Amino acid sequence: MSAKKEKSKKAQKEPDMGLVKFTINGRPVQAREGWTILETARQNGIQIPTLCFNPAVAAIGSCRLCVVEILQNNQSRVVASCITPVQAGVEVQTNSEEIQNIRRWVLEMLLANCPASHQIRELAKEYGVTSTRFKVEHPEDACPRCGLCVRACDEIVGVRGITLGNRGVFKEVTAPYHQRSTDCIRCGTCLYVCPTGAMEQLFPLVSAP
Amino acid sequence: MAQVSTARRIEDFRLPSAEALAAYRESILAERDPNRTVIIVCHGTGCIANGSPKVAAALRKAIAGAGLSAQVIPEIKTTGCHGFCSRGPLVILHPSGLFYQKVKENDVEDIVNTTLLEGKPVERLLYTDPHTGEPIPHDYEIPFYKYQQRIVLRNIGKIDPADIRDTLAVGGYQALAKALTTMTPDKVLGAIEAAGLRGRGGAGFLTGRKWRFAVENARKSPGPVYIVGNGDEGDPGAFMDRTLMEGDPHAVLEGMAIGAYALGAHQGYIYVRLEYPLAIKHLNIALEQARSLGLLGENILGTGFNFDIQINRGAGAFVCGEETALIASLEGRVGEPVPRPPYPAEKGLWGRPTIINNVETWGNVPQIIENGANWYARIGVPHSTGTKIFSLVGKVNNVGLVEVPMGITLDRIVNEIGGGVPGRDSFKAVQTGGPSGGCIPYALKDTPVDFDSLTKVGAMMGSGGMIVMDQRDCMVDVARYFLHFLQEESCGKCLPCRMGLKAMLEYMDKFAQGQGSARDIDDLHSLARAIMKGSLCALGGTSPNPVLTTLKYFKDEYLAHVEDHRCPAGVCKDLITYAIDPEICNGCGVCARSCPQGCISGQKKKPHIIDASACIRCGMCMDECPVNAVTVT
Repeated sequence: MSAKKEKSKKAQKEPDMGLVKFTINGRPVQAREGWTILETARQNGIQIPTLCFNPAVAAIGSCRLCVVEILQNNQSRVVASCITPVQAGVEVQTNSEEIQNIRRWVLEMLLANCPASHQIRELAKEYGVTSTRFKVEHPEDACPRCGLCVRACDEIVGVRGITLGNRGVFKEVTAPYHQRSTDCIRCGTCLYVCPTGAMEQLFPLVSAP
Repeated sequence: MAQVSTARRIEDFRLPSAEALAAYRESILAERDPNRTVIIVCHGTGCIANGSPKVAAALRKAIAGAGLSAQVIPEIKTTGCHGFCSRGPLVILHPSGLFYQKVKENDVEDIVNTTLLEGKPVERLLYTDPHTGEPIPHDYEIPFYKYQQRIVLRNIGKIDPADIRDTLAVGGYQALAKALTTMTPDKVLGAIEAAGLRGRGGAGFLTGRKWRFAVENARKSPGPVYIVGNGDEGDPGAFMDRTLMEGDPHAVLEGMAIGAYALGAHQGYIYVRLEYPLAIKHLNIALEQARSLGLLGENILGTGFNFDIQINRGAGAFVCGEETALIASLEGRVGEPVPRPPYPAEKGLWGRPTIINNVETWGNVPQIIENGANWYARIGVPHSTGTKIFSLVGKVNNVGLVEVPMGITLDRIVNEIGGGVPGRDSFKAVQTGGPSGGCIPYALKDTPVDFDSLTKVGAMMGSGGMIVMDQRDCMVDVARYFLHFLQEESCGKCLPCRMGLKAMLEYMDKFAQGQGSARDIDDLHSLARAIMKGSLCALGGTSPNPVLTTLKYFKDEYLAHVEDHRCPAGVCKDLITYAIDPEICNGCGVCARSCPQGCISGQKKKPHIIDASACIRCGMCMDECPVNAVTVT
């Protein structure tokens, strides 16, 4: 809170009002107040991988691929860049050892959990992960349960035809009562936003008959 | 006031002022003879399960038939949990403090005849010191109670939680009256800050700082402030919150009312897990009685302050103990956490500043107000003031609930209060902090039990679970058990937690089967770190703790599993074989009769043998053997 006060004070003094200055990977960057770290990074051509993020819907920070390390007052914390607002004066690292470790493990686990997704295989390859040490229990599964389809159906289409059912390892994209959704209007938005191609398999199971 | 003192039914009137409360209390005390014998029959969940309601009913019947004169007829009181659950059902006679353990229905006659009529103790029902073998007649002399310092639990076991007059008689709601009539909200807040009270739910955040933050936020955006009592206790083997809510619900209500006054809140919620029906029942009775006396609701004690509480039942999700998931659940959404900040003290329930404290934290509040912040700050150690309730379970003689000052060493809790480890000189490790806590080895037995010291050794205070383990507990198996619990309870929102717990379990399963390599142990360590740093909420963030602490202190046990394919503790079923030592076996046949597989054979009075190919390694024979002839390797 005091940081916020400080920030607004600083902004008043400086000529470019409302701009927040900080560094990403040592490079000075500027952002509008209220921007997220991810937005700022992408604006500056700095790559951060994401899965559950889509600018068309509210971010929830669940896939954790976009994690970055923030250094401030000699303390480091790991945050999801898609939901973390920019803060003046901090140092952001998008590729530190800590971050690489998290990202590589998440990708390796994704390879075991969504083995059928071509997109995930490509993404993992980009970060040097080409195989997985974990058991592949469902070779046909491509869905990381990021819920982007559910959020798009709710926030963009306004229909809420599909939902995330169950909990934990049993979590799944489904429609109420495990029936094909009667509210679905077959607009295909879920197919379009799905980052892994899983919706192509799921659509016939959940969409309106 | 005459009307007040003669009123029998509590719902007949409201207390119009703090003076009326004091007068009402006087009238309750005046009605009671301090010398009259009160027989307390514990009605905590453990004792009820062991048949204490039958004991109470039998006592009532026996006393009615004993032909006692009206003056000496004892009062029979059913109370909340006394904490000494392994000895239940408990019957305690006041004012003498005579303590009877493991009382059954058919012991009642002796209690009435020997104790009530002849005034002598029933020897066989007394607690005996496991070290000296001497009976200890009174509760205050029993080491389990002697070394405790009961502040939050002080009334439990003395009062009937379903009768507010009992609470008022021991001084309940005095602190609320004091706060409302003699202190400003800011002064109350100042007292909580000065007392150094830290949240008892797990993270140990300074309660006063959290409240101050909420007050400042509420000032910036005027509107309602909410407070919540978190009673969604879900750690395996933990029952601190349950005992408090069941045994002294008014302590929680009073604490919340004082907090509401300090924070300017008018609506509170208590989030209780559905699995605690008795806690919900007692809280509801307490609420009703407090409302009818005007201690909750509108115009409390005539001061113009309004505050009421609603009970919400959780639907069985461990993660709903996490603040933001709890709020989601209260609002009727799926109980999944959202990233903080914004903290609930800024934007919580319905987007308004909300203070969520564990019910044990709330239970401390009246004591701080009544006795002063300085008194409280002197208990415990600097930075961890006051007392903490622990549920002491596992391989310890005195299983039960203990309240101790912060900073007491682990060794004292286990050995002095807990009475040591059955059949052994020392424990192997103590697991603190619930499933996300850590295992502290015997070498660190002198670790002071306070927030910061526990964090320093890699464990945590958590909500106060304390599981004592001995040489027969396998650390790989323990870590695996907790991971399994957490995997079941993960909400599945963020990937490191949902997939990571499953992945860590894959490693642990491998180790438990004697597979894997030292390389895998290093990989597991790296994965654990990724989950710790990468998860969205504290459930995921602390979930690798059982793995990390056992790896830190018991790596040799991991190596024994993967390199020597051996489980030193004799627990992991794929790595052990049971055998009968023919030198020791006396051929009594108990093992053969207990074996569910029927795979033990031998002639009478001749050494028996186990057919290893049919053995399911349940350990039943080992538990049953009267001469300890069964070995496991």
